Amino acid sequence: MSRSLTELPDQAPEDVPRYPMPRAERCPLDPSPELRALGDAGPLTKVRLWDGSTPWLVTRHAEQRALLGDPRVSADTLKDGYPQQRPGMMARRSRSRSFIAMDDPEHARLRRMVTGAFTVRRIEGMRAGIQRIVDQFIDEMVAGPRPADLVSAFALPVPSLVICQLLGVPYADHEFFQSVSRTLINSNTPVDTVLEKQGELLEYLDDLIGRKLAEPGDDLLSRVAAERVATGEMTRRELGAMGLLLLIAGHETTANMIALGTFALLTNPDQLDLVRGTDDPKLIARTVEELLRYLTIVHTGRRRVALADIEIAGQVIRAGEGIVLPGEVANRDAAVFADPDELDVSRDARRHMAFGFGVHQCLGQPLARVELQVVYGTLYRRIPTLALAADPATIPFKHDSIVYGVYELPVTW
Amino acid sequence: MLNVRADRDRCVSSGQCVMTAPDVFDQDEDEGVVFVKNAAPPAERAADVRQASVMCPAMAITVTEED
Repeated sequence: MSRSLTELPDQAPEDVPRYPMPRAERCPLDPSPELRALGDAGPLTKVRLWDGSTPWLVTRHAEQRALLGDPRVSADTLKDGYPQQRPGMMARRSRSRSFIAMDDPEHARLRRMVTGAFTVRRIEGMRAGIQRIVDQFIDEMVAGPRPADLVSAFALPVPSLVICQLLGVPYADHEFFQSVSRTLINSNTPVDTVLEKQGELLEYLDDLIGRKLAEPGDDLLSRVAAERVATGEMTRRELGAMGLLLLIAGHETTANMIALGTFALLTNPDQLDLVRGTDDPKLIARTVEELLRYLTIVHTGRRRVALADIEIAGQVIRAGEGIVLPGEVANRDAAVFADPDELDVSRDARRHMAFGFGVHQCLGQPLARVELQVVYGTLYRRIPTLALAADPATIPFKHDSIVYGVYELPVTW
Repeated sequence: MLNVRADRDRCVSSGQCVMTAPDVFDQDEDEGVVFVKNAAPPAERAADVRQASVMCPAMAITVTEED
């Protein structure tokens, strides 16, 4: 498959900067300095991906909003010119494509089959149960040895258990799907392994769905199986693909926000004091939005391809050209957020792009918000002397992952 | 007085409007699609209602001022 390199007039292909760029080791919570410099050069520039393709890079908040909300911009991963995250994504996606990789009307049709489970009211109803889970894992952690690894003791199990309960996946199998998830999220995993692991998880989910069709439980997979698969509106395979998306997205992201958010607060003690010392749920809610903005853990760029010529910021994106939109840079746009590189838990950060924008904006965001509100509102009050048990410079960050975070976070109290 | 409209076909059930102005917006039980509880809120609600309109990822909410 040949790709035409569309280059800027005075730039040879080999001069087009390679993307993604790693975050700086010394400032692991800030976007890559090279990426920011590119953004400073102009609202639209070109970058070069792993396969030599050169999609447009869009870094400012305003243009990201405009493009992600434009119906001429496609999220269909099977389209020519779609900027793939890494080799093998095409094969992987065509096997288990979920609605995240489709455009309307097919995307809307499938998404609406599960949105009822994620309403603000329904998720709010889960708050007390989430609080119990959070308290339970804190109890277990503080009863155990110091130092502890916050990732394995708390950050990963809490959202895993919550999403398992919501979906109806047995938590007893969590080691299996957590290991699959780790493999799928890591950019360095070879294609064969990705396909193999994904296949295992799809088989597991298909088996589970089969059992739920026979004997439904009170959970999302049972309800959707009974309401949509049994009626023929959705295939069993489509539900499996959806289940895989929800399972991985439902715990991997929140787990990383918990661990990385804790790192951010422990290394910004004045902000930690505000969070730990408050009774005000509104301040906790603002803290969640600010940490979502400041950290932007989904950080290898939203990927899109233009379906028609689009005029924007004095340029023309031609039909068939790829577009990469890094949320972590838009979330530090000084035109939208004053002193954007400051972590300020009392600011109004609600316009952030951490959940994306447009019709694909994160389906699970109400659940993520409630989970993070409970976690940030509980962890530091219950363990007021929580501290890092290692030099921050030694903490291993997930530089090679589509979802940013830390592999482990040694803490003590 | 404000005039608030929400396009139910465009809605993707993100719930942002409900979180921003719960007195004006709600979601249906079935698919979480928006419905406007109060299409004519008083002018004092302008800031929150406009914020809801800006936040809507599907750009489904329109707000106009009326006397």
